This record gives sequence, structure tokens and C-alpha cells, in this order.
Amino acid sequence: MPPLSILIWLPALCGLLGALLPTGSRAGHADSQTATASQQDATGAPPSGRKWSLPGVLALGGTVAALGLAIAYIVQYGPGSHGLKDVTDVVWIAELGIHYKLAISGLNVLLVGLTALLFFAAVLAANLRLTPQPSPSGRAPSDRPRLFYFHFMLAESAVLGAFLAQDLALFVAFFDLMLIPFYFLIGMWGTTTSPAHPEGPDRVKATIKLVVYTLVGSLLMLAAAIATGVLAAEQNGGHITFVLSQLQGLPLSKGSQEWIFLFFAAAFLVKMPAFPLHGWMPDAYRAMPIEVLMVFSGVLSKVGAYGFLAIVLPLFPQAAAHFQVLMLLIALVSILYGSAVAFTRTDARLIAGYSSVAQLGFITLGIFALNPQGAQGALLQMVNHGLVVAPIFFIIALLAQRTGGSQDIREMGGIAFRAPLLATIFLVVALATLAMPGSANFVGEFLILLGVFKAKLAIAIVAFTGVAMASVYALRLFIRAMHNRVGAGVKSRDITPADTIVLVPLLAVIVFLALYPQGALKRSESSAEASVAAAHAALRPATASVASSIPGIRFEEEAQAHTTATQAGTSGEVGAQQSSAGASR
Amino acid sequence: LNRLLATAHLKGPHVDFAALSPLIALLGGAIVVLLVGLLSSRWVREQLVPALAFGGLAAALGLTIWRWSTPESVLSGALRIDRLSLTVNLILAAAGIAAVLLAWRSRAAKEAAHGELYAMLLTAIGGMALLAAAQNTVAVFLGLELLSIPLYVLCATEMRNEHSLESGLKYLIIGSVGSATLLYGLALVYGATGSTDFASISNAISSGGLQSNAMLLTGIALCVAGLAFKASVAPFHQWTPDVYEGAPTPITAFMAAATKVAALGVLLRLFDVAFIDAQASWGPALATLATITILVGNVGALAQSSLKRMLAYSSVAQAGYMLAGVVVSTRLGAQAMVFYLAVYVAMNMAAFAVIVARERETDLGDNVRALAGLGRQRPWLAWPMTISMLALAGIPATAGFVGKFYLIDAAVSGGYTWLGVMIVIGSMISLGYYLPVIATMWMSSAPEDSQARSASIPPASGPLAPTVPAIAGGSPELDEELTFGSLHQPEIAFVAVIAATTTIFFGIVPQPLFNLVHGVGSALGLL
Repeated sequence: MPPLSILIWLPALCGLLGALLPTGSRAGHADSQTATASQQDATGAPPSGRKWSLPGVLALGGTVAALGLAIAYIVQYGPGSHGLKDVTDVVWIAELGIHYKLAISGLNVLLVGLTALLFFAAVLAANLRLTPQPSPSGRAPSDRPRLFYFHFMLAESAVLGAFLAQDLALFVAFFDLMLIPFYFLIGMWGTTTSPAHPEGPDRVKATIKLVVYTLVGSLLMLAAAIATGVLAAEQNGGHITFVLSQLQGLPLSKGSQEWIFLFFAAAFLVKMPAFPLHGWMPDAYRAMPIEVLMVFSGVLSKVGAYGFLAIVLPLFPQAAAHFQVLMLLIALVSILYGSAVAFTRTDARLIAGYSSVAQLGFITLGIFALNPQGAQGALLQMVNHGLVVAPIFFIIALLAQRTGGSQDIREMGGIAFRAPLLATIFLVVALATLAMPGSANFVGEFLILLGVFKAKLAIAIVAFTGVAMASVYALRLFIRAMHNRVGAGVKSRDITPADTIVLVPLLAVIVFLALYPQGALKRSESSAEASVAAAHAALRPATASVASSIPGIRFEEEAQAHTTATQAGTSGEVGAQQSSAGASR
Repeated sequence: LNRLLATAHLKGPHVDFAALSPLIALLGGAIVVLLVGLLSSRWVREQLVPALAFGGLAAALGLTIWRWSTPESVLSGALRIDRLSLTVNLILAAAGIAAVLLAWRSRAAKEAAHGELYAMLLTAIGGMALLAAAQNTVAVFLGLELLSIPLYVLCATEMRNEHSLESGLKYLIIGSVGSATLLYGLALVYGATGSTDFASISNAISSGGLQSNAMLLTGIALCVAGLAFKASVAPFHQWTPDVYEGAPTPITAFMAAATKVAALGVLLRLFDVAFIDAQASWGPALATLATITILVGNVGALAQSSLKRMLAYSSVAQAGYMLAGVVVSTRLGAQAMVFYLAVYVAMNMAAFAVIVARERETDLGDNVRALAGLGRQRPWLAWPMTISMLALAGIPATAGFVGKFYLIDAAVSGGYTWLGVMIVIGSMISLGYYLPVIATMWMSSAPEDSQARSASIPPASGPLAPTVPAIAGGSPELDEELTFGSLHQPEIAFVAVIAATTTIFFGIVPQPLFNLVHGVGSALGLL
């Protein structure tokens, strides 16, 4: 296999190449024309028409190549693999013990695939330019395409780097870096307040809010990461290192673990976002251009959850055990709060946004069950959520085109008859969102709840209501958008072939995972177990050695048992869940 | 007769001219520049003089690299040419070259008869180099005055601009207070230890058990205060925003970069060599000072619409970060501080170069609105400014991130974890003023009025227009030259791009810079 650096840096290289290429119609360069140039004189390709711009094609090539590589890595990291593969390990900064260490593991292999897939879909959407901005004040990627694709590709590189980094400092660097392109993407191409939409978000304010929120978390993480390295070095004879596998062998004292854990948790919870730290989300989600929103909601939120699994649980197991209940409660409140708010909003983007808060609450719940079932469920659910939330936002943008720019579900409705294909696609995605039995989301949520059930019974019982609530908001969104009366300004027309092309790869993977979730579960199995092993042991210090080995063995049988049960749909547990979901409908 | 013979035998100390050659190049260059500047030819004054100043700095740079070998004491131990002073020389020479390029076609240079401006610039750098090499308190004071007095004058070189004159006067008064405080502090230290030499002071403290001697501690406190004035460490920073704002921008750029290098360099020598054994006494106090500085600087910068004021407060905050390297008094701390100094100069030069360019192109001065729409209009200025702001905020892939990482690492290793967390909190606050600058450049379009005016029409009025005719000197012809816009000045963009490239380069490949500062800690004899 080619080294992972190629996978990481190829997209950024394509973006840079596109930015540096001299294009014939390059406008806006050092021109002393009027200030309104930004509005009319759309740089590069003309605003209308489907002319392919060279930077866009280059970017598309980059994402295709990255996707191909990601698929190759997934195939290579076959079922039953364990540990790190394709390790790249170079000393980056010798004085600080920072290595440029990348590797594929069971934790990141699927997320890398998800990232490559969503970026491919988003760049495709941007290239086909099928989604004019709902608000006239927003800019399409066709406005200054070279800069747009440069930032977009840089973002892909940074996200891939964050997933693949096996060095704490490198992870922190990528984690912070991935925010910067999004700052520009939202601030320059986002939708903003206009006379037509006076209540809309101010894109510049929204993006500054987003960056400040997330960077505050990241900077706390930076301090915590450095402290981890330095404190571990004291046990290592003053030899400082940030390589994750080495840090794991140098456990910190419980007291240090606890404050360091809280700093890391702050960074990851903001990114997800979880309940008390989601303040940036409503404005940012409404301001984002659709292509950006697809990858942001689909991938960036997962970096936070991934950070818990890859870094926090292995490095600070005692603190994770210590704060287990706190984290479970945060997750639970996120589920309930996110669902409740999703019921009440009428802006479709906000419904999807708050539903993400609830879904990520489930993921957190699974992670802090601190047992292999929960961790595996969380990992599977991360992929599932990324796969469904991106199409939902894309479909919302398509619907907004048909209502004349409004994303309010009160102005939608009655499209299903005239747009059967769109309705079908939406239905598949909506059913996957509400974790319909038969979907991979169901397997994910089932595993999560199973894990929590074993860890903390009371919390699991409350969390079950979240499953029911998911069907309420998902179906409410679907029914109001697709059925009911025809909205006032709605022009029903079916999905165009070009828009379908964007959605097809995502749907294909949703269906594939629904049919064959083992494909994902088997790959993540041993890594997920290893990730929670230490924290699981820390929960019961007395029987530590026994507890860490036994659940893993038991777990294999269970995973097989219930995944087959899922497809058959006959198991008693499945039936119970189905009825609870059915009742709420 | 015997007495006469005795005086005849009195010899000066042995002078190692080779070791002193960078200093000689600087001060000799200053004299040459001053004399050549007296010629009346316009070409000589406007082109040759800056070129000579440039040459002097380049020579100092080359000679510094030439002496890059074993450390040596010169002038009977008054100065020590070691890795710290040589590294500081390198940084200073680079900053000086950038300042010469920025000042080349500036108003300040025209008004202050070219030769004098560059001569003072070189003298100030000479003083800084002296300061960084100082091994006794007399040399410290000499160096400090040699750098301060030219700077007072340089601040006032835009002689027809009230703000510039005000800035010079303010700096003179407050700077003198700082110098006097430092002198008094050094005198008390001499009183307590009976020595002016750093090594002897250190010996006297450790062997004489002076760690809690009241006179010594008072002296140290006064030294801290005196140097804090120079390095703009809160609460001795109040002059900084006013002076930075009023001074001609090329001079501000030079002051922000070079003065800080020199002041922090000497702080490192004084505290981590001479007073090292009293660290238990001054360490916590200095750490508190660093914390206050970080908070005051970052909060002060938040609501500034003037970029120079914003960068002034930001420089206060950065001084606070760097102070952490002095506080821990470890080899790691010293290296982290010098590393950050080098990075800091590059980051700041990029930002100031862009401000200089926009001051000459628009009539908005250093207001942040002058940057509106820059991303579309002038990408070669917008990108350096963006990189500079991101680096100052400590974003990865810039040297600012590595520098901050190194400083926090040093703070935590030195047992000051809370100071590391303070650096992080400071960086969080700083996002509140660095990010809006980027937003202005990329996410808003240029205001139409400034666009119209920047088309090389002399402005009727404006902050920079000389509404007060000729406060001191000057000639009517000068007014005609004061036009904005359409200036073809590639050297400004060159400085900005080089500084920004350096920032990015050392953010991705920091190893060369690590190697450069590697010898600094051992030069100080730290653990």
C-alpha cells in the first residue's frame, strides 16, 4: 500500500494546485474596480451555467483518488484485523518528542472511508453547482472557485490527518488546523442576513462564534496534551514523547488524569456538539454553504467522538471511569434536549442540526458505557450518522430550491407525488435516521443501548425514550416536507439526475451497511475492545485482570448473534424495540 | 616619577576585534550612513543611504555567522559572545533589514533627513546587540541607553505629525523613568553583592546567603520594573499603545520586534545567570507579572480599531508568554523563549509590512477598515496578514503554534503548569481580535470611498494629511508628495511575503530553528 501521507496530503495538493493555476478568466486580482465587484463580477466561471472549472475538476480528482485509497485501506484492513497497519513513523520535532506517526487502526479505518466519501460527494455537489444558495446574499462556490476548493481540500487533508495521527501532538495540530479552512469557507461563502431573510444568521459572526467555541476547547486540549507528555516523561526518565502507544505505557497519576480528562472532554464535546456546549451550532449550521455543511455535520463532529475512543479512554482510563456517570448524563441530556428542540423547530436545517445533537448523544453514551459493545456501537453509529446526516442536509437544500429559498418546513409540503424519486431517497434516509430495524443505525443504537444497559441500567432506560423520539422528529420532518398540503410557493419537480449522482454513493453505502453491518463491526472489533479495555478494568479495580479479558470473549458471540437477529427481525429484543418505535409513530 | 611610570603602564583591556566585529559593523555603519547622508544629492540620500544601512546590517549578519563557533569573553569579561548573543544578533539583523526596507520610501525617512534615521536605526541595533552580550551591569545600562535614546528620536521622526511627536515625547519620559529605575536597581544590587559582574553577583548570592537579603531583593524588584518598561510588561506597559500608534509605522515595526528581543534577551541573562540563585524569591513574582501581562495585553487588544494599537496590546500579551521562559529558569525555558522571539519577529514583521503598505495606499491609516476587501484586491498582502494573524493566535502549521507549544512545554516541565494554562487562556482571548482582522480582509468588501480616494488623488483631509503646517522643519514641496494609492513598492510586499513564508516554513519544518536555539540554554549554563 502507498504510505498514508499520500492519502492525507493528496487532497491539499490538488487544492493548492488548483489555487496556483493561472486561469484565463481570473478576475478580482488586484483590480481597482468598484467595490461591488464581489457581487456581480463573479470570479472565474460565470455564475450560471454548468461550466466545469479547472480547480473544481482538480479537487474532484483529488477526492476520487483519496476515496480510492481509502477503499483500498478498508479492504486491506480486513475483518478480524487488529492493531496498527501501514505505520508511517518519522521524527518531526526531536526536541519535543513529537513524531509524525500515522497508522490505520480499527478505530479510524471506517471513519477515513466516511471522510473520503463525504468529501467526494460534497465536491461533486459543488462541481455540479446544483444547489444555488437559498439566500441571494450567499455566494456559490463558482464565486472565486480557486480559493473555495483550496480551503475545501485543505479541510479534507486536515480531517484525514486528525483521524490517522498516532501522536498526541500531531493529533492536536490537525484538530486545530481543520478548523481554519472552515472559518474561511463559512465566512466567505456562507449565507447571511439579507432583506429577504432578516432573521438569518450573520455569516461572519456565525463563523467567528464557531471558531472561538471550538478553538477554546482545542487550546485547553493543547495544554492538557503537553501536560500529558511532560508528566509521562517524568516516569520515562525525562524522555519526552507524544506517541500514543508509548504514552499508553506511561500511565499518569489519577489526580493528573482527572483534570487532563476534563480539558480533553471540553474540546471533544464542543466539537460534537454536546448539550451545554452547542451554542455555536444553530447559527453556524444555518450559515454554512450546503457542500460545507455536508462534510461538517457528517465528519467533523465525529472527530470529537473519535478522540474519546482513540485518545481519552486509552490514555486516561481511571479518569474515564471516574467521570463515567457525568459523561453519561451529559450524553443523556444531549439526547433529550436535542430531540425535544428538534420537535419544536420549523427551520429544517435546525431540525437536522438538533437531531445531530441527539445522535451524538447516543454515540457518547456508547463510548462511556466503557465496554466493548458500547464502543463498537458508537463507532458504527458514527459512520451511520455521517452517512445519513449529509444526505438529509443535501435534500433540505433541494427542497429549499423548490420552495423558493425557504428552509422552513411550514412552507414545504406536498412534493412526494410529483417527485417520487426524491421522496423515496428521503424516506430511506429518514428511516435510517430513526434507526429502523433493518438499518445499520438500528444495529448501532442497539449495541450502544446494550452496552449502557450493562453499565448503568437507569440511564439505559431513559435513553430508550430517545429512540422513540428520533422517530418523531425524523418522521415529522419527512411528512411536513413531503406530504401534507402543497406549500404556498412550492414548485414540485423531481430530483435532477445530477443531484441524484451526488446522493447515490451515500445511499449505496447506507444500504450496504444495512445488509452487511458485520463488514464494519468485524473491522473495528479488536481495536474497540483495546480502546475501552483499560477504562473497563478501571471500573472494577478488584477484578481488573479478569474483567478486561472476559467481556471480549463473550462479546464476539453476542455481536454475531444479534446482527443475524437484526436481519431476521425475529429476536425478542428486536421486536420490543420495533414496537416501541412503532407505538410512537 | 614612579606615579608617572605607573600611569604609563596603565593599559586598556585586550580588545578582540574579531569577536566584536558584528558590533563594529553596526556602529561603524551608523557613522558612515550619517556622514554620507550629509551629501546633498537626492539619489545619494534616498537610494544610497538606505543601501548602505542595508549593507551594514548584512555585514553584521555575515560576521555573526562567521563568529558562530566557541563562546568567548571579550573586553575583560564585560561582554560575552556566545550562542545567546549571536542568535539574538541574527534575529536583530533580520529585523533591522526588514525595517530598512519598510522605511526606505517612507515619509519618516524624508522628513528626518534620510541619513539620520538610518544612522539611529543602526545605533539602536548596536545597543541591542551590546545588551544581549552584556556580562556586567554597566554594560547592561550602556546597551540599554544606546538602544533607547535613538528610539526616542526615531519615534518622533515624522516631524510634521503631531502624533509622532507626542509619541516620541511620551516614550522619552516614560523610557527615562524606566532607565532610572533600572539604574537604581542595579546600584542596589551592587550594594548588596559588591560586584557588577554577573558571575560574581551569582557567586555572592549563593555563597553569601543573600537569597533573602532585603537590599538585593529590592534591587531585583527595581531591575524587573526597569526592564518591564522596555519589554512592555504589564503593569509597566501603558506607554506601548500610544507610542506604537503615534510612531511612524516602519519604526513601530522595528520597535515591536527588536526592542522586545533585546529586552527579553537581557532579562534572560540577568535573571537566569546573575540572579539565578534567588530564583525562589523572584520566580513567583515574575510568574504573577507574566500572568497579569497576558491578561492585560489580550483584553486590551479586544476592542481596538487601530491595527497598531491592537498589535501593541498583542505585543504586550506576547511578552507575557515569553516571560514564562524566563520564569522557569531552565535550559528548556531559555530555548523556548529565544525560539519564540525569532518566530515573533517574523510574525510581527509580516503584519506591520501590510499595515505600512495600506497606510500608503489608502487614507484610512492603520484603521482595520483599511484592510477591507484586501483578499480580493491584493492577495499578496492579504495572505501574509492572514498567516501572521493565525500564527500570532497559535494555529498549527505556523511557527506560532510550535513556539507556543515549546513555551507551554517549558512552563509545565519547570513546574509552572498553571502558567502554561494561562498562556492557553490568553490565546483563547486573543482569537477575539485576531480573527476579526482576517474576517475584514476576506469576508467584507472594500469601502467605496477609500477606493475612490486611493486612485492617486491628493486627499483633501484625513488622519494622515498634514493639517498642521510644519510643526518643525519640513518644506512645502513635501506636501505635494503626500499622495495615496497606486504606489508601486514591491519591497513592502516582499518583506511581508518573506516574513509570512518564514512563519509557515518554521511551522512545518521547525528543526532548523530548534538547532539554532539549541546552544542558548547551555550558553547560559542552565540545567
